[in-house]
Amino acid sequence: MFSVNTMKQRLQNRDNGSQYRTIWQCIHIDIPLLFALLLLMSLGLIILYSTSSNDLNVVEQQALHIGLALGVMFIFAQIPPTTYQRWAAIIYIIGIVLLCAVLIMGHTGKGAQRWLSLGVMHLQPSEIMKLAIPMVLAWHYHKIHLPLHLRTVFFSAILILIPTLLTAKQPDLSTAIILVISGVTTLFLAGLSWWIISSILGLVGVGAPIFWFFLHDYQRQRVITFLNPERDPLGSGYHIIQSKIAIGSGGLFGKGWLNGTQSHLHFLPEHSTDFIFAACGEEFGLIGSIILIVLFMAIVMRGLFITINAQDTFTRLLAGSLTITFFVSFFINMGMVTGVLPVMGIPLPLISYGGSSMVTLMASFGILMSIQTHRKLLTT
Amino acid sequence: MYKKTPIKNHLQEIQLISQRSIIAFIFMVILILLLFVRLAYLQISQHTLYTTLSQKNSLDLIPVEPTRGLIYDRNGMLLAENTPVFSLDVTPYKAGNLLKALSEIAKIIALDDTDIVQFQKQLKQHRRFDEIPLKMRLSESDVAKFAENAYRFPGFIIKARLIRHYPFEASLSHVLGYVGRINIDELGDIDATNYSATNYIGKLGIEKFYEDELHGTVGYQQVENDASGEPVRVLNQIHPVPGKNLYLTLDSRLQIAVEKALEGHRGAVVAIQPSTGQVLAMVSQPGYDPNLFVAGISSKDFQALQTSPDRPLYDRALRGLYPPASTIKPFLALEGLNSGIATPNFTLYDPGWFQLKNSSHKFHDWRRHGHGIVNLNRAIITSCDTYFFDLASKMGIQRIDHVLNEFGFGDVSGIDLDDELGGTVASPSWKRKVKGVAWYEGDTINSGIGQGYMQVTPLQLASGVATIATRGKHFTPYLLLASQDPGKSYKPQKPALVNNVDIVNNNFWNMVINGMQGVVNSSEGTGFKLSHAPYTVAAKTGTAQVYSFSKTHYENENSQVNEENIPERLRDNHLLIAFAPAENPQIAIAVVVENSNEATKIARAVLDYYLLQILNIAPTPVTTPTKSAINHIKPLETTGKPHVLS
Repeated sequence: MFSVNTMKQRLQNRDNGSQYRTIWQCIHIDIPLLFALLLLMSLGLIILYSTSSNDLNVVEQQALHIGLALGVMFIFAQIPPTTYQRWAAIIYIIGIVLLCAVLIMGHTGKGAQRWLSLGVMHLQPSEIMKLAIPMVLAWHYHKIHLPLHLRTVFFSAILILIPTLLTAKQPDLSTAIILVISGVTTLFLAGLSWWIISSILGLVGVGAPIFWFFLHDYQRQRVITFLNPERDPLGSGYHIIQSKIAIGSGGLFGKGWLNGTQSHLHFLPEHSTDFIFAACGEEFGLIGSIILIVLFMAIVMRGLFITINAQDTFTRLLAGSLTITFFVSFFINMGMVTGVLPVMGIPLPLISYGGSSMVTLMASFGILMSIQTHRKLLTT
Repeated sequence: MYKKTPIKNHLQEIQLISQRSIIAFIFMVILILLLFVRLAYLQISQHTLYTTLSQKNSLDLIPVEPTRGLIYDRNGMLLAENTPVFSLDVTPYKAGNLLKALSEIAKIIALDDTDIVQFQKQLKQHRRFDEIPLKMRLSESDVAKFAENAYRFPGFIIKARLIRHYPFEASLSHVLGYVGRINIDELGDIDATNYSATNYIGKLGIEKFYEDELHGTVGYQQVENDASGEPVRVLNQIHPVPGKNLYLTLDSRLQIAVEKALEGHRGAVVAIQPSTGQVLAMVSQPGYDPNLFVAGISSKDFQALQTSPDRPLYDRALRGLYPPASTIKPFLALEGLNSGIATPNFTLYDPGWFQLKNSSHKFHDWRRHGHGIVNLNRAIITSCDTYFFDLASKMGIQRIDHVLNEFGFGDVSGIDLDDELGGTVASPSWKRKVKGVAWYEGDTINSGIGQGYMQVTPLQLASGVATIATRGKHFTPYLLLASQDPGKSYKPQKPALVNNVDIVNNNFWNMVINGMQGVVNSSEGTGFKLSHAPYTVAAKTGTAQVYSFSKTHYENENSQVNEENIPERLRDNHLLIAFAPAENPQIAIAVVVENSNEATKIARAVLDYYLLQILNIAPTPVTTPTKSAINHIKPLETTGKPHVLS
């Protein structure tokens, strides 16, 4: 199909001597990615056992989430990228409809309407949008000429903003942020020109104070607390202070597994969910934190490898966007736990206790695997 | 699909996305490196700070109260013990709406006003996360009732604690004192660290004086708390060092005998072992039950104690100031002999009064018609005032004060109790300073019979007579026989000699002691009720007017009917000092009874009990009252007129 020498060359080199497909390729599983994911999730279970105060039920529950997520990943890996491409727009539209439905008749949890009850399970449409936005943008950019025209950028902005605003309205600011990021990364990969990037950054600088007025009180509180956590050590600054104490007291080697006083004695809030990285830092120290981060980066690198090796614009943009969004999620979490970013309520992907985001995330890794394993092997 | 897309565009796109991916990757690496820097900053350079903060979060030092030392008498009888009780404690910050909780809990466990008042007081002194006892001595049914409802009262807890108990109750109240809740004033004086777990402190008596010994040293438990402040486990502990056990010089059997003898009277008895200064018994009557104060006395009970006309809270033995009256005479006689102003052979005719030269004022003898011819011996036996008016006038106030000071009057005895009063030995400089008036010769005369401005405590009298018993060895009276660290050896307290009263001729002691024996044995003796004892006694009585009935009183002298007509509280105070056996003194006592003439009878009961029941001494042949004492008197040398100072 592609008569581009360089491409041919690369693909030939890559698949040198492997004209046959391995069993893993047949079932569309990317072994390096799966290995890194399983390693990270296993570490996650070990950390969770400690943070849940040795509660095996919690660990079993999380293992169940993992199993379910792996199943979803496997299914998503079987679907060829062309199918995603074909369904992108429809998935996006269904997602929007469901988001509207949530606003009208969704279930309330933790002060926000996020779920749609589907009898036995809860559906969180904003999770669908995490995949649908990069998909629909990639689908769109695949059809048009790159780099992007200003008109396309505007159109993309609308595609991003509709679900984002609907999600933010729930209100679920943290998921909205991820949605924006997943869209923006796709735009960025598609060659959003630097002057637009710099003027948007400029606009954000100007618009931030205006944006301030639209924030909920608790969201404002988070920003204020982020800027000066010691201002209210027992109130909203408590999370950040205790998190820093947990990490700092861990030192180079940590207090040891099951010995974290901050998490075990419940000084560290949300120690099994959003602040699990602090618990890890406390028990395993700087060494443990770095190992964990390196594993995360291994997944990112594999994702980028798949991106670069993807064969068309749609798969490249989709793979790249999903990978970078994954990076941004865990970086924001680590940043907020270490006190360099405001508390945004974004859990640590793959590690934090919880099912919904885990399933979505593994679905995205399933898509990455699909992109990697459904490549057409070119013959010369 | 691809037909619209020119090849070069496609290549461009692929290159563009790859390029952007690489840029993004570079960004990511930079961000991750920044994250590493941040982590290294927190976990390495700030590690010490955060470790401290983390420990401050979770580790807590809980002070552990030391067990208060026990108090025993000289025979090992327990006088103050620690008994376990259940108390209801409150941690205010956990209780939420404290007032509401208090009114709710009052429906389950009866709280009286005292409990609430005490609690409010403690509330002000403690931090909100300290446990404060609300009610002591819960009954078992209280404990059960609370246990059923405990879920309704966060911050309320039943605690088993040790509380001070005084098994002898009122018998030893004044000596032992009691412990009570630490108040704000005391809070400023104590070592706050050492008392961080302690609720009680000695308020009076031995409990106060030996507070440091009895208290012990606080212990600590290092506990790990969870975020809600609940202790999860004990990591480390330093055991408290219990207070020392104290052994007192008191003999509780004697103490009770004394108390019994004094029953129904207001007064005090102090008994001292002359050879050491050890206080064998020290009773002030009426007493009170110190146990009332430990749990926090109710305002009603306290009012009753405070307003009682018998003043049970007033320690007469230590702080009661009485004119020594005639009990002063042996001391003055000694000084008279010592200075050569009085001689054993000197006699004087007592017409019933004494007159100073250049003055028409008559100083009356207690006996209206006088004692006739008196020498020193008879003057002591009959307590002849005129003789001592004469002697005082000859000696002058300086000598009088000197000898009284030598025997410990006019200053605190130095006993190991706080708040002792030193009394007054009146002197011209004292009178000028305190009364602002010059000293008259008549004041000196009054001093000669222990009246006027002189005031002594029963303890001083006992110490004084003990010094006569030892012939001049003046020991500090003391109560602490020994202290003992629990499980360690017994550390006895040594007697402390204050001074040796210098009397030039040992015979002078004999003369005075002889006279004092005559007080008991002679038919003329004022302490006749002590006669017929199976041991020898040297004593001196004293009678101090509470209210002067002027001439009418004298006109009806010796009339029992008249004495009974006087309102009880205006009757004379009676005093007695004695030691026995006279030749080998084992006990010296001072008895002061307010508005009652039973001092001698009381002394007899006390001496009998100590010498016969406790010491079991071999009875000495009973000396029948003789007139031998007055047979020594030489024929009259005086003109028969009252002696006038020349």
